[in-house]
Amino acid sequence: MSHPGIRTSPPSGVLLDTGDEDDLPPHLLAARYGLEVSGARPSLPAYTRQVWFRRHFVTAYATARLTSMYANARLGQLWQVMTPLLNAGVYYLIFGVLMGTRHTVTNFIPYLCTGVFVYSFTQASVLAGTRAVQGNLSLIRALHFPRACLPVALTLNQLQQTLFSTGVLAVIVLAFGEPLTVRWLLVPPVLVAQTLFNMGLALAMARVGAKYTDAAQLVPFVTRTWLYFSGVFYNLTTLTKHAPGWAGTLLEANPAHVYITLMRYALMRSVPASNLPPHVWVLAIGWALVIGIGGYVYFWQAEEEYGRG
Amino acid sequence: MADNQASAQQTSAHQISAQQASAQQASAQRRSAPTVIVDDVHVVYRVHGSGTGRGSATSALGRLATRRTLPGTREVHAVKGVSLVARRGEAVGLVGTNGSGKSTLLRTIAGLLPPERGRVYTDGQPSLLGVNAALMNDLSGERNVALGCLAMGMSPEQVRERYSGIVDFSGINERDEFTIHMPMRTYSSGMAARLRFSIAAAKTHDVLLIDEALSTGDSGFQRRSKERIEELREQAGTVFLVSHNNTTIRETCDRTLWLESGVLRMDGPTDEVLAAYEDFAKGRK
Repeated sequence: MSHPGIRTSPPSGVLLDTGDEDDLPPHLLAARYGLEVSGARPSLPAYTRQVWFRRHFVTAYATARLTSMYANARLGQLWQVMTPLLNAGVYYLIFGVLMGTRHTVTNFIPYLCTGVFVYSFTQASVLAGTRAVQGNLSLIRALHFPRACLPVALTLNQLQQTLFSTGVLAVIVLAFGEPLTVRWLLVPPVLVAQTLFNMGLALAMARVGAKYTDAAQLVPFVTRTWLYFSGVFYNLTTLTKHAPGWAGTLLEANPAHVYITLMRYALMRSVPASNLPPHVWVLAIGWALVIGIGGYVYFWQAEEEYGRG
Repeated sequence: MADNQASAQQTSAHQISAQQASAQQASAQRRSAPTVIVDDVHVVYRVHGSGTGRGSATSALGRLATRRTLPGTREVHAVKGVSLVARRGEAVGLVGTNGSGKSTLLRTIAGLLPPERGRVYTDGQPSLLGVNAALMNDLSGERNVALGCLAMGMSPEQVRERYSGIVDFSGINERDEFTIHMPMRTYSSGMAARLRFSIAAAKTHDVLLIDEALSTGDSGFQRRSKERIEELREQAGTVFLVSHNNTTIRETCDRTLWLESGVLRMDGPTDEVLAAYEDFAKGRK
């Protein structure tokens, strides 16, 4: 009858003299047999080990979400590529044709598409993160796993979609006459840094969304405002030129703007290094580490609460 | 009680622990080690948007304006101060009318639902039998097996080892080899239920919590699933079983808890508790 799961107490066959136990307070009885509080939050290192142990679940869950996303559409997985293309088309129509931004920026279409695709990675991660706990309550109330797996998996799901759109982007950039340069090697590190940043933000928003269910309604407005401050459709320097010094610095330190600028620099030769704000790599890596680790710790602090809903 | 002790020493696994009786004659009791200790646990659900009175937007705004906290939020006190000790080798049944807090109590023991007050101590990680929530209808049965097993904490190697066992047990491929590669939404409800059960029952647990609806599918599968649950029960240290089928409880459990509106009304040998519960249920009709 003994089986490998038994650690602390004697196997079931063993009967003990338990005559004095009936008067024992529960916490002392628990201590005598080495029982632990169910659903208690593990320490941060132990929690990280648990998340690492569940990495296969995280990737399987992310991929499953990706596959099931267009499962009912007749064109199926083709939408992974069509969606970013159509998005770029809409923004081109509005900002390029209607508002004429295309005359102020050289090679506007690659410029615009890079901005849109990079920003939508962050935007979608934040949105998915906000709903990560609230939208998966039935899963959380049924199975044990470190809850950080959910926002992390959803961010990875967004990364997978971003990889599709980056492929589309590469084709667009080349088609509009930008050459393939060594700078393209900067794409993976920029994506890694942005993913780390997005993950931290998704984790933090997952905790906020779990506690305040209205956040899911509010966040789209916040991300849209953020979009207009991030130089997605236009060169941010047109704003910072006239702004007071602190505001310019603030606009340029905006993490979304940092990742967009770096990606543009990596993909387009027409974007010179002089366009990069000062300390751009420090900012990119700094944001990734601070938000990535901070968001993870912030999420972990409420780990035992997530089933409450 | 002397009878009980004799039989407990013989079979050593199925020891009857009548808490209330044992409390009276305390000294020199011989029992196995506790695996689950529930200490005065209260569980409260907060339900948003429960529509207090007129559930329109204007009334919600009105409540916001008059600064009544959290519009449309209602508290449901689902479990009210339950205490119990379960020991290794016990199979404990839970009975009670709908909404009496049985499933909530199970989820709290499993550590999935944090208690408002009180504590639950367990030996190892208790697990709820069921993976439904982790599965995705748009994926093939094959991928759902992998996803469900990973969600229960198996490694990819374990998933590979058990894959064919799970598919064979479910009997999904009995008629057509290709069924397991079809999306799960194309399965009949019976077939989907069979696959879900097969995935959930693929793992053994220290403390196993089973919530109702064991017997799904046709009669052949019902028999197989019953046997599988019996196996799981023997491998597990302690089993909790929620069911509305008193025959299942009688067959499986030596001890039964009766919950009524969140309060533990009775805790003792299955026959006594079920007799009292059946009387109560008759009286309500």
